[in-house]
Amino acid sequence: MGSPLWRLVAIGLVAGVFSSLFGVGGGIVVVPLLLLATALRAHEATATSLGAILVTALAGVALYGLRGEVRPAYAALVGAPAVAGAIVGARLQQRLSGRTLTLTFAALLAALGCWLLVA
Amino acid sequence: MTTWTIIAALVLGGAAGVFSGLLGVGGGILFVPTLVALGLGQVEAAATSLLAIVPTAAVGAYSQRRYGNLRVGPALAIGISSIAGVEFGVRIATRLDEELLRRLFGLLLLAVAAQLVVRSRRRYPASS
Repeated sequence: MGSPLWRLVAIGLVAGVFSSLFGVGGGIVVVPLLLLATALRAHEATATSLGAILVTALAGVALYGLRGEVRPAYAALVGAPAVAGAIVGARLQQRLSGRTLTLTFAALLAALGCWLLVA
Repeated sequence: MTTWTIIAALVLGGAAGVFSGLLGVGGGILFVPTLVALGLGQVEAAATSLLAIVPTAAVGAYSQRRYGNLRVGPALAIGISSIAGVEFGVRIATRLDEELLRRLFGLLLLAVAAQLVVRSRRRYPASS
């Protein structure tokens, strides 16, 4: 595994705080932290981020679901094409080099950063 | 809901999925505004977005596992601890200036993006 547990726990805590403060998903925070603070390569960092998001989203759905805020039909409307998209995206990723993937992610961060500054 | 809004929602949902599988994000950035445009309130949209993220992240993570990229242990450690982080974030959110915070986060993201560019040159020195 190679990455000390405390670092992973710290990444999770930071991601959770940021996502609740700014309404951004954990991935925006988890992927760069994994890239900068662990030995994971770009493809591993993005894949592992997805696994972490699955856990967090499940907990969130359980919480909101209890309060009756979740609308399953709407989730299916955007979620069904997203599932197909995720397969395509993951497949597409395998054709990219680690460097290209890192730079693409950096572009996403920069775009989001600008948007947060301006909006 | 008109036919066109449904088509737009399907297209945006698909795009969110591609982003998710490609870059390891949940897709909420696209899901939430799409759901708000469909008429849901902010809280409902955020909650419903999480439900849409569950199958998207599950299928994406499963694909990545088959490609040999998923690290299950670290994913669980990060996912579980982030639940605690959310709880903490909710408590401090009300005490801070939201506008200032958002701008600072924007700056932070730009700095991290720059750092990633620098890092990628060091880590992958051969031009590809």
